[in-house]
Amino acid sequence: MSDLATLTLAGARDALRRKKISSRELTTSFIKEVEGARGLNAFVTETPELALDMATRADARLSRGEAGILEGVPLGIKDLFCTKGVKTTAGSKILGNFVPTYESTVTRQMFDAGAVMLGKLNMDEFAMGSSNETSAWGPVISPWRRKGSNTPLVPGGSSGGSAAAVSARLCLGATGTDTGGSIRQPAAVAGITGIKPTYGRCSRWGIVAFASSLDQAGPMAHTVRDCAIMLQAMSGHDPKDSTSAPIAVPDFEAAIGKGVKGMRVGIPKEYRLDGMPSEIEALWAQGIAWMKDAGAEVIDVSLPHTKYALPAYYIVAPAEASSNLARYDGVRYGLRVNGDDVIDLYEKSRAAGFGREVQRRILIGTYVLSAGYYDAYYLRAQKIRTLIARDFEQAFEKCDMLLTPTSPSPAFGIGEKTDDPISMYLNDVFTVTVNLAGLPGISVPAGVNNEGLPLGLQLIGRAFDEATLFRAGQVIEDAAAFKARPDSWWK
Amino acid sequence: MSVDEKTVRKVAKLARLAVPEERLAPMAGELNKILAWVEQLGELDIKNVEPMTSVAKMRLMRRADVVNDGNIADDLMKNAPNAIDNYFTVPKVVE
Repeated sequence: MSDLATLTLAGARDALRRKKISSRELTTSFIKEVEGARGLNAFVTETPELALDMATRADARLSRGEAGILEGVPLGIKDLFCTKGVKTTAGSKILGNFVPTYESTVTRQMFDAGAVMLGKLNMDEFAMGSSNETSAWGPVISPWRRKGSNTPLVPGGSSGGSAAAVSARLCLGATGTDTGGSIRQPAAVAGITGIKPTYGRCSRWGIVAFASSLDQAGPMAHTVRDCAIMLQAMSGHDPKDSTSAPIAVPDFEAAIGKGVKGMRVGIPKEYRLDGMPSEIEALWAQGIAWMKDAGAEVIDVSLPHTKYALPAYYIVAPAEASSNLARYDGVRYGLRVNGDDVIDLYEKSRAAGFGREVQRRILIGTYVLSAGYYDAYYLRAQKIRTLIARDFEQAFEKCDMLLTPTSPSPAFGIGEKTDDPISMYLNDVFTVTVNLAGLPGISVPAGVNNEGLPLGLQLIGRAFDEATLFRAGQVIEDAAAFKARPDSWWK
Repeated sequence: MSVDEKTVRKVAKLARLAVPEERLAPMAGELNKILAWVEQLGELDIKNVEPMTSVAKMRLMRRADVVNDGNIADDLMKNAPNAIDNYFTVPKVVE
């Protein structure tokens, strides 16, 4: 039996193909890990029987030499992906009993590629949050703790269950979704790798919608290579999503190992924030040094509209959310609270079903779209989005990728930021620009702070150039040699 | 621009969200904090800037205008909170 404490997705894939291990054995081991880690609250639904059934079928295909990209590999799925016959709640009471009768395109493709699903992963309600504290099913506890402290920390969010599950080694990889940083920020603070691909790379069909012009699915796993393998299976054009790109998917794994010699890495000066913790500053400088050592040319670039990205996001995202979430009305599916008339039924069902942050965003979104305010807020934000996208276009005339920190701080304590929405929103200050411009971004674990908590570096690429991010991400991974692991205190 | 209780009540009505009376004032406060923060977008001159309408630089895909799905009434009803036969139910809307 392979050592689960060091096993990677790529390692498991290779061992499965060489028949060193069976998917059933591997899956059985991970099911035990999942059961032993319920204190983390990472999984909201465990599917051990389904997992073993999928593993048995994977073993049959392996023995016939018909292995898919993810054949026999046990993974976790964020509870935002509709999974046929398996409850899908989006972290919300309003979908508390929702059992899809269809499969999202991304999970369909992963299962067709042989993946084994261990269960569904906790998340911020409707992916609205940066700490996994807005989940209707309670917060996820990070496997990481500050040195010498038992204070429970957040795993980041909104893909907090995914980050915690991978980091605690409850699965070999997990799906995430990223609307403003929800893959990269939790990956960074949980010491794992995560990539938000280009808008349109993965189909959004069957993923519960938050903000449709920003949402993208992506993988979260231990290594850059693991993410490349997962993204391969998740990507591709889907006629069921009109914004899915009809562009061929390159061999992402093949990009790894090519290095960055002669490539140009841009450092956006606007990401140097006032009052940025010195540990983040130092990590960034270290990343620049690693790139230079690997033969890249590092140049300064300017993204002048960076400071407007987060406020613009908090108009665009709630506006789209208020529209997307109009479908939850207590009639066709989801929670229903009876009322005196049909309007009363809608209002009561939605008030009972949506949590506080979701309600706040629905109200903001409705307000900025309402008559008399549309031009002042929504239209202005969409114009600023044009400026932000233009900033990136101009920067990419001078360089092949950008290097920034992923998150402005390491993981914080549960409850520390819940009273102040804006301080919570600031967690996404380095990631949200990428969503507004539709670009790919990867976060790679690069070090720990003086309390032993993980920190990540982000690489941002041109549209549909994830391959460069995998190449350069591997350079950071090799240079950082990130070996820190959380103590298994939850076992 | 700032919102008062009356505006929150109106917006909540538009959003079909029951907000209890005692939550109107605190909610107005929360929304005002966020709106005050996004005010900084007013600093920028955006006169000659086109709004972004599509993040991906591609023409929206078209598909053949044909029926490609259907006959799944049972599936559609499966998650209905209060269905009668193959009908969704709501309180009486016409006398």
